Amino acid sequence: MSLVEIENVHKSYGQLEVLRGVSLNIDEGEIVAVIGRSGSGKSTLLRCINGLEPIQSGTIRFDGEQVNAPKTNLRQLRQKVGIVFQSFNLFPHLTAERNITLGLTVVKKMPLPEAKEIARKVIVQVGLEDKLTAYPDMLSGGQQQRVAIARSLAMSPKLMLFDEITSALDPELIGEVLRVLADLAKDGMTMMLVTHEMGFARNVAHRLVFMHDGEIGEEGPARAVLDAPKTPELSSFLGSVLV
Amino acid sequence: MRELVTGDFIWLLFAARWTLGLTVVAIVGGSLIGVIIMVLRVVPLAPARAVAIAYINVFQGTPVLGQLLIIFFGIPILTGANVSPWAAAIVSFSLYAGAYLGEIWRGSVQAIPKTQWEASASIGLSTMEQLRYVIVPQAFRISIPPTIGFWVHLVKDTSLASILGFIELTRAAQIMNAATFRPMTVFLTIASIYFVICFVLTRLSARLEGRLRVAR
Repeated sequence: MSLVEIENVHKSYGQLEVLRGVSLNIDEGEIVAVIGRSGSGKSTLLRCINGLEPIQSGTIRFDGEQVNAPKTNLRQLRQKVGIVFQSFNLFPHLTAERNITLGLTVVKKMPLPEAKEIARKVIVQVGLEDKLTAYPDMLSGGQQQRVAIARSLAMSPKLMLFDEITSALDPELIGEVLRVLADLAKDGMTMMLVTHEMGFARNVAHRLVFMHDGEIGEEGPARAVLDAPKTPELSSFLGSVLV
Repeated sequence: MRELVTGDFIWLLFAARWTLGLTVVAIVGGSLIGVIIMVLRVVPLAPARAVAIAYINVFQGTPVLGQLLIIFFGIPILTGANVSPWAAAIVSFSLYAGAYLGEIWRGSVQAIPKTQWEASASIGLSTMEQLRYVIVPQAFRISIPPTIGFWVHLVKDTSLASILGFIELTRAAQIMNAATFRPMTVFLTIASIYFVICFVLTRLSARLEGRLRVAR
């Protein structure tokens, strides 16, 4: 059994069909990069996995449990699936530390001292041990994104979803965020990342999925897919991003 | 007819405590109702929203003077129980304030970006926990100017309770004017008292906003 099993998923916003029969499995420990043009449905697919977006048909299972069933306990599911967003979405009225401990104390009912212990551990993991007491607006974009990663990691998820997490960053700040991802990859975290960083996808991802018009256009081992695209759509996409 | 004496002005100042008292009680009552209305308006439950919207339409769409009269004269007719002017005034003004405060706070909550809801949902918070820990603390700051702006309205609106014979500032002034027939002096005096109360509230709003900007 794979950790994530996506079967023939359809999703539309009104008339617009954004996912048109997508099937994909992700195994434990696997790192899957999703690429494609904007509007191809890649972010939507990612957001369906933790139930942020409802789907119209098909099934999504995480760890054997169906995500899109009415009686699914999303609260439990979301403790096991972390997500990091393009625009960080830290809580601006809370310090970095409280951003990280909130889920632990409120959702996991952990005593505060224990939660702070975990916060310290994950903030070291993203290299920001001196920023625990800082508020988000005192941090650079790259630092905010690392705190956002730490906030997800604190919940000890079995899967991490990354939704174009470097797209809102200044070029010189992208490296520090990608380094954190590479470390996570080394530790064996299961990851699915929507990205425009082709170099990173090539070096870190095990598998690459190319989304086109709401369908999976191509998929396979990252290097093989990038080096020898089989479809004209992927060739033209790669041609336009790798100038 | 008699002359105005210093004691009369002191009596007017004393009547102002009923204006203040009515305002404070209506703010407390209205806030309790307002919180409920706000929550019903933002939870993802269609019937809850419908109830809140109906409530808001009724109390924003009818004059508060009419609400006062309906409660003061209507409740005794319907239930046989006597309603004192004070009870009628606090009930009406609380119901009325609840509709406005509920809408002000709903607007402040909805001004918080959708991404804050998504981020808090993604770590497993329930709707009530999202409101309590993430949304309301941020909405609070946004809501200060319109909330205190409404309090200022309320201070002045309480003058309507004078029609029930409830002796607050405006009613006290009417009585004094009837005895002395010095309308300019009497009514300018109470206008100044209203002004001072409202001015203090407005300054408080500005101070609070400034302080929260520093403390986030």
